[in-house]
Amino acid sequence: MAFINYAAREINCKIVYYGPGLCGKTTNLQTIYQRTSPDARGKMISLATETERTLFFDFLPLALGDIRGFKTRFHLYTVPGQVFYDASRKLILKGVDGVVFVADSQEERLDANIESLENLKDNLEEQGYDLEKIPFVIQYNKRDLPNQSPLEELQELLNPDQVPEFEACALTGEGVFETLKAVAKQILIELKKGRR
Amino acid sequence: MLGYQSSLVMYDEEYQRIVEIADKLLRESNAKAVFLVDRNGQLIAATGETEHLDTTSLASLTAGNIAATGGLAKLIGEKEFSILFHEGEKDNIHISIVGGRVILVVIFDQRSSLGLVRLRVKKGSEDFDRTMEELDRKSAEEAGSGGPQNPFAEITDDDIDNLFR
Repeated sequence: MAFINYAAREINCKIVYYGPGLCGKTTNLQTIYQRTSPDARGKMISLATETERTLFFDFLPLALGDIRGFKTRFHLYTVPGQVFYDASRKLILKGVDGVVFVADSQEERLDANIESLENLKDNLEEQGYDLEKIPFVIQYNKRDLPNQSPLEELQELLNPDQVPEFEACALTGEGVFETLKAVAKQILIELKKGRR
Repeated sequence: MLGYQSSLVMYDEEYQRIVEIADKLLRESNAKAVFLVDRNGQLIAATGETEHLDTTSLASLTAGNIAATGGLAKLIGEKEFSILFHEGEKDNIHISIVGGRVILVVIFDQRSSLGLVRLRVKKGSEDFDRTMEELDRKSAEEAGSGGPQNPFAEITDDDIDNLFR
């Protein structure tokens, strides 16, 4: 649910990075943080365990610039990927404007990807959203690793609806901004349609 | 089932009213800062000593806090916990839910007290709630009548691409 503030001439949108544990959601945000100029980004907050696993969420506010005199801000959130943090994941999806599903390309994580995507659909439904109707993109992360599933297999299993998809290596930054840009674009197009 | 859900829209008039109520609450409760935050973590208004605070993060964490305690409440069969209080060595934070939809945050130190803050928050909440109701009414009317010019109605692909240069 975007927040359009005519008084401050601002628009705020919420993007959630979803995916199985250790797929690279937090790394996506860290890379965006490192490669964005300091005046365009806020502080990145990570609520993580001592072993740097996400406990509740990561948060990164970005101010991308103006569109028609309105400051355009995106609030990026990650969810904790580990299965048993489901209650927290549901909370973070509240008010979401767009979702990025980060898939782990490694063969042994194929089932975890499928399970997480099903979990995303279920949790969105609980909040009254339909994944097919909201801005949604898929990122196939860790394409640099040797033991990866073929792209065709990932596409077939995770992206039957053929939403925009990107190969990425979040650590080196490859595909990270392309993913963000694609979901942001979809969100702005929804706003253009005037469903507010 | 919904796809894209409707947005929260804030207009000048209601924004001014909200800032007035927040200023009054700040004065009367002897607080350091007063914030109004949407339940999804967007900052609506801030007043008081906010220049050294990261207000964006504060809004996001407050909403996360309310969401997490709301989850806890449901687990024990409560609807929600409408007031949260965090006591620090110098500064304290009083968080309350207004009208079920926005979050009021008051930061105060030893110049005030929990009792005074609670008392003033109660009165202020009624005023905030009334203004938010007016805002809802106005949003519904504007949406029905086509509303003020949708600022995004005419954006182009170039506008969007320019954001990422």
